[in-house]
This record gives sequence, C-alpha cells and structure tokens, in this order.
Amino acid sequence: MEIPYTISTRPDTGLWNAKIGIWLFLASEVMLFGGLFSAYVFLRLDAQPGEWPHGLLNVPIGTFNTAILIVSSVTVVLAWAALKMRRYNAYWWYMLATILCGIIFLFVKLYLEWPPKFSHYGVFIKPEAREKYEPYLGNHRREEKGLEPRIEITGHLENHEALTDSNIKEYEIALDPVNADPDNPSHDRPHFIPLPATEKVAKIDKQDVERIDSFGPWHSAYFASYFTITGLHGAHVLAGVLVFLYMWLPVSKKVYQRNPEHLANRVEVSGLFWHFVDLIWIFVFPLFYLL
Amino acid sequence: MDASTSHPPSPGFGETGETHGPHHHEAGHDHEHHELGFWRKYIFSTDHKVIGIQYGICGMIFLFMGFSLMMIMRWQLAYPGQALPLIGKWLPYIFGANSMPDGKMTPEFYNSLGAMHGTIMIFLGVVPVAFAAFGNFVVPLQIGAPDMTFPKVNAASFWAFAVGGAIMLTSFFVPGGAAKGGWTSYTPLSDIADKGPGFHTVLNGQSLWLIGFIFLITSSLLGAVNFITTIIQLRAKGLTWMRLPFFVWSQFVTAFLLLLAFPPLEAAIIMQLMDRTAATSFFLPAGMIVNGAPLHVSGGGSPLLWQHLFWFLGHPEVYVLILPAFGIVGEILANNSRKPLWGYKSLVFSVLVIGFLSFVVWAHHMWLTGMGSTVSAFFQTTTLLISIPSVIILSAFFISLWGGSIRFNVPMLFVTAFLPMFGIGGLTGIPLAFNSADLYLHDTYYVIAHFHYIVAPGTIFGLFAGVYYWFPKATGRMMSEFWGKVHFWPSLICMNVIFLPMFLQGMLGMHRRWYDGGQGWTLAGEHIWGLSGFQWNTPISWAAWIMGLAQIPFIINFFWSIKHGKKVNDNPWEATTLEWTAPSPPPHGNFVTTPVAYRGPYEYSLPGREKDFTMQNEPVDPSERSRRMAEPALAH
Repeated sequence: MEIPYTISTRPDTGLWNAKIGIWLFLASEVMLFGGLFSAYVFLRLDAQPGEWPHGLLNVPIGTFNTAILIVSSVTVVLAWAALKMRRYNAYWWYMLATILCGIIFLFVKLYLEWPPKFSHYGVFIKPEAREKYEPYLGNHRREEKGLEPRIEITGHLENHEALTDSNIKEYEIALDPVNADPDNPSHDRPHFIPLPATEKVAKIDKQDVERIDSFGPWHSAYFASYFTITGLHGAHVLAGVLVFLYMWLPVSKKVYQRNPEHLANRVEVSGLFWHFVDLIWIFVFPLFYLL
Repeated sequence: MDASTSHPPSPGFGETGETHGPHHHEAGHDHEHHELGFWRKYIFSTDHKVIGIQYGICGMIFLFMGFSLMMIMRWQLAYPGQALPLIGKWLPYIFGANSMPDGKMTPEFYNSLGAMHGTIMIFLGVVPVAFAAFGNFVVPLQIGAPDMTFPKVNAASFWAFAVGGAIMLTSFFVPGGAAKGGWTSYTPLSDIADKGPGFHTVLNGQSLWLIGFIFLITSSLLGAVNFITTIIQLRAKGLTWMRLPFFVWSQFVTAFLLLLAFPPLEAAIIMQLMDRTAATSFFLPAGMIVNGAPLHVSGGGSPLLWQHLFWFLGHPEVYVLILPAFGIVGEILANNSRKPLWGYKSLVFSVLVIGFLSFVVWAHHMWLTGMGSTVSAFFQTTTLLISIPSVIILSAFFISLWGGSIRFNVPMLFVTAFLPMFGIGGLTGIPLAFNSADLYLHDTYYVIAHFHYIVAPGTIFGLFAGVYYWFPKATGRMMSEFWGKVHFWPSLICMNVIFLPMFLQGMLGMHRRWYDGGQGWTLAGEHIWGLSGFQWNTPISWAAWIMGLAQIPFIINFFWSIKHGKKVNDNPWEATTLEWTAPSPPPHGNFVTTPVAYRGPYEYSLPGREKDFTMQNEPVDPSERSRRMAEPALAH
C-alpha cells in the first residue's frame, strides 16, 4: 500500500502531504510560544515598580546568537536549493554549516550565557531599609527624574557561606557598576556592552534583606520567563539539529539516490521548522535583551 | 524490533506509509505483501484501523476506570464518614494506607478521586474515543483513503497517549496519592500541593499529572495534524468538500480545536512544572503563607494567569468533546430515518462557526474572578452567540426525524436519547452564561448537572451509538440487539436519576467539591420533592451504581460479538457513505478498488429507485438526472 501525494502534489490542492502537516504543526507551535509570550506580557504588566529587572543580560552575546541563527536560516535554504538543482555535494556542505550554526548557538547558550547567571546574586532590600542603602540604590535622584525605584543590589557574592551559616550577619557583595555608582546617569539605561562587577564591596546586614537569590529562574518573574522561554527555544534548536543531522548522514543519501525530490521535500519541511525556530528567537531577543 | 520503531518518527515528515528501512531488505521490493508479525500487526501497527481500535479499547477502559472512581466517591457523598462495605477494606491495599483507613475515605483521597475522575474521563476517555478512535477508524474509510497521511506519526500519537495515561495512573501510587487540585488544577493551590518534606520533587501526584499531560498534548497534536492533512489530501476522487459526510466535517473542526487550543495549556503546564520543580513563581504572588510559614518564592506571579491559559484550552475542549458526537449522531440519524440529513450546509457552517467562536468564550468560566464588567460583557456576548449554531445543529437533527421512516435499532435508540439529553444540557447552560446568574450557581451541583448532561448522556451516548453502528464494519459481525437494549434503557433512566436532582441541589447552593455531600450545610436541609438536598445524594448514588451494573451487558456484548455475533454483509445498515463500500473488516489499504464519489453523502429514498439508499460511489446516470429535474415535464 502506498499513501498518495507523499512526494508529488495533489492537483486540486497543489500541495504534498508533509507541507500541510508542517504548517499545521507550526500553527500549533505559534500557539505554544504565543501562550508563553502572553504570560510574559501579563506578568510584566502586573509587576510592581522596580520589580521587573532591566539590562541584566549580555546583549553582545545575544546579538551574536541572533546573527548565527539568521545565517543558519540562509544556509538551510541554500542546502534545499542545492538539492533542487541535484547538487548533493553542495547540499552536504550547506547542511553541515546549518548544523554547526545550531551547535554554536546551543554552546553559546549553555556554556557562555546561562552558567554565569547562577553565581550572580541579587539582594532585595526591605522597603523600610532602603533609605539606609541609598548610596547603592540612588533612589533620591531616580524619584526626582520620575524613574522606577531600585529595590535590589546586585553583584558577586563574596561570602557564599553566609547563605547557610546563620552566625554570619552580613552579605558581602562585589557590586555591579549600577550599584557601585548609582547616581551616574549612564546607568539609567542598560549598557550594550555589559560592565564587569567592580572591586567595591558592600556589606549588607541580613536583617535588612527581604531575600537573596542568584539570577536563576527563582530570582524573579523576569528570569523565570527568560529561562523557560529560552530553554524551550533551545530544545527546539536541539530538535532541529538532530533532524538535520539525520538528513545529513549517509542514511539520507540513500533516500536521495532513490528519489532526490523526496530528500528535497524533507529538507524543505524541516527548513520551515528551522525558520520558525529562528523567528521565535527574533521575538525572544528584543523582549528579554533589549526592552 | 522492526524498522518503524527503531528510528524516531519525527524526521519522517514526507515519508511514505511503508518503511524502506533495513528490516525490509530481505523481502526486497515485495515488502508490500510482506506478512506482518503479531506485534507489528496488532500492537505496534501503523494501520489507522488498528490504531483506532487501540484508542477505542484503551479509551473505553479509561472511561470505566474514571466512572469507577466516581462510584467510590458517591458512597462518601451518600453516606459520609461510614465505612464502604465489601470493597472498602481492600482499597487501602491498592491506593495506600492513607486512602481509606478502615474503609472510611479521607478528605485527601476524596480530592484525588475527584480530580482524577475529571482528568481521566475527559482526557483519557472521551477525547481518545470520540476523536482519536472514531476519527482514526472512520474518517479515512469515509473519505475513501487507504490510510492516514502519516501512519507512523499516527502510531506515535497513540503511544504518546499510552505513556501519558500510564503516568496518570502511576500517580495514584506515589506518596501522597494522585493530584488533588481538581481537574482544572487551579493555582496557587496546585503549585504548592504535594510539595515539601516527604514528597519527591517530580514523583508526586501533581507533578506527574503535569508530565502526563505533556504526553497527552503531544498525542493530540500529532493526531490533529494527521487528521487535517488526511482530510485535505486524501479525499477520494469526486469527494468535494460539500460531499463530505457530516462526521468528517465535525472531526475536521475538532482537529483544529485540538491543534490550536491545547498548546496554550501546554505552555501553562510547563510553567506550573517550572513552579513546582525549578522554584519559579509564575503563578505565585509574593507573601504567601503555607502551613503557617511564609513561602520562600520570588513572587511576582499571577494565579489568574493559569485560569486564563487553562480555560483557553478548557472551552474549546468542551467542543472537542461534543462535536465528534454531533458527527456520529448525524450519520446514524440520516441512516435510520432513511432520509437526507436536514440542512446539511447549515450544519457544516454551524460547526465551523462553533469552532471559531469557541476560542473567544473562555473567560465565562471565570466570572467570579473579578475581571471587570467590560471583559465580562464581552465574554457574555460571545457565549450567547455560540449557542446559536449549537441550536441550529440540534434543530436540524430534530427536523431530520420529521417524516422519516425511523428504524429503532440500538444505535438509533442512543441517538434519539442523545437529542433531548443534549438539549437539556445545552439549555441549562444559558443561566451560567449570564454572569449575574452565574455568581450564584458557580461551582454548585447545578454546573455539574449541566455539563454532565452534555458529556454523559450527550457525548457518551453518541459514542455508544457509534460503537454499535460501526462495530459491523470493524468485525464483520453485529452486536446483539437484545443486549443492546438491556444496556440502553437502564443507562438512560439512571443518567436522568443521577443528574436531574443535581440541578435542584445546585439551586440550593450545594458546592461541587464538598467532601461530606453537604451534610453540614444549612440550606442542604431544605426539602424538595420530599427529600432534603443532602438526602438526594442517596438516590443519585444508587442510580450511579446501578448504571455501573448496566454497563456489564455492553462489555459482554462487545467482546462476545467479536467472535460470536451475527455475521453480516459489508453494508448491514444500508448506508450510503463510502466506508460501507469497503469489505468488513477492511484489509490493510482498505478498499478493493479505489472509490470514486459521484454524489452527496445522504442520498436516501431517492424517488424512482428500487432501493431506498443510493451509495456515494454509484454513478449518476443521465436518466436519473432528467428524472430529478424535470418532474413537471412528465405530466405531459
């Protein structure tokens, strides 16, 4: 038994099966990410003044990853075009480039971007104690200028043992520039190139601290959405890489030899998926890195 | 294992039905005639009919399980605090010592049963049977297709469902028992339930509920993609859109609902799972106190967000439950009234309008959350609008009966019962659509009665009708008429004894989640028709148990008839649609000759014909055409 229209098109619809299938699947994916992005909007609109952090992500790395994904979207189209022109060798190289781009993206995400977040801490100051930490928060000036108050002091935690040892009464934080020099107007907007933590260490009395958390998903609704959405997006990138790998390996050359159009169709539908994954990133990048 | 299961199906978009994997090499190019082994043929099959039957049998088992949970709960509601006789002392051995010590149900166990009853019935019972089982078995046959467009994806869909179901069932046996937050799993309660000392981060009732759900959503996604593509691409020659049987249309719209409504719930489930395992607080506001201690979370989350995302699925889901039943009812109604389905086009457009509107009514489940009057007014309007196509469908069905020569066989009995039962369910929903009336009725037994009238004597009766109707196609044998009637009449009576009094209880203000059946509630002491609101629990419970017994004839009839039912020809109901042109049971690939459709789906009782049915694949001959159009000319 043969299923009709797997490779050739059905005359009245002008489509082959998998092309409809992948578009339907992508419609479903739009709703999935749409749900998550709506949640982001909902939570951000709900946030109290000062609660939604800005400028904590590394914009150059994000920009680099954006470029990588865009390049890979181009190479996957070139791979498909090469197959259409029956140039398997060119296809092989373009597909390899696409796969490498996917792997670079994941490497950057998992080794360069995520890990530093877990050693960077934010100390939320109790409302009644904020006046005491005015030298680090700079809220007087912000109030005059009509900016949201700062409620958090961020930087590297110097004494990790303070997290568990109740005998230690203070947290020692090597301050981020924004808290080291809070009245500097250049910190009112996020920096494109992130500035490293300063040498200046602040001692924060535990009694004044509402909570202290690293920049993991538990830090805030912002980081919760960041890790959830980029994590799910990363899973999609990984899935795309695995599918491409399967189409690049010799096992798929057999499909090509039997019917080149069959492999071209496969690359086309998985390419559509890849463009979609790219497109999601095009939303993720401004939402989390820039806005 | 064989080729189809040893490599992942995901890259297989655009793959042909039969694999070209290494397994087939020894068979060379003869693989199409290759005899499949038992496992490949009946268990890991990619044949849409086998998958449909797998879904059907699993789904019916789950339906009975879900119903059994409710039968246990009904004891607690009728006789709160008393030890359950006979099986009570055995249940702790199954569900753990904390479920029913000495046969007396604990509140936690009651909550687990309630939550899992809803979850199992809807997501593991009705949807798999109504959509996946009937859709898989019937749709390709009705459109004259050899199989689904993506047979391996189809099998993957079933196995994702099976894994999801297994995880849901496993959750009964972890410390703390199965999920307790209701089938809606409202936050923040579900975020913090089964968490903390004594609970595993992942292996606890609520987390397993979430993980199981991810599999179920994956399953319905794969199924929905497959159904839509199949209906678009594999219709037989001549089977234009307006010649599709109504059942195919209803499945088509249902597939779109599943495709687009489930993912936002998946997003919500991922977020709740993050809340439970990665300490995020998507649904947790700051400053919560749990067990007297402040909860260490970042806060900044919103419990209402869950409700929005949940009901964005939840409402289309209601139509996922009912639309396939509409489709089944339409087929059987036309067949057994021996006349065309009345208003075919209005039915099709009504189903399409329902599909569209069902995405903009979700917040009518949330009148009590204080969304504000503007939002409420919007959703109240859309909710009332969606009742219009539903009423059109029901009216068209009733009119279809008019002037027909009705045959009251078992499928038709269930269908004729469906119509008024669904009518009661639908009409009692209107007070709930008005937010002023809903403020009082919200979360009472009135709501329970309303949606059970739609789903139980509505959808499930439709499903029974479908099982009796298509059984001969699947097996080549009939189910017994007599035992079918023994199944039907007690079920119909018990359904009404169960759910009609619940309207009264609800209007007394009895809450749907009370563990003691409303014993302690003052107004539950008010008498209606000689019994107090609380006392009504007793007849309801007895009716539920009798209905459980009434399913035994069905179960026996079903399995007995597979081997011993009366043998029948390929078209025992004298129906017109294409599935009846295939052999019974249809072989792999379905049709002996590829069917071509020449006419609409319900050409019953055409004038001037010997038979009262004309099948879709019967060519239209010129004489027929002139006879049809030129009646007056004959007078000369």
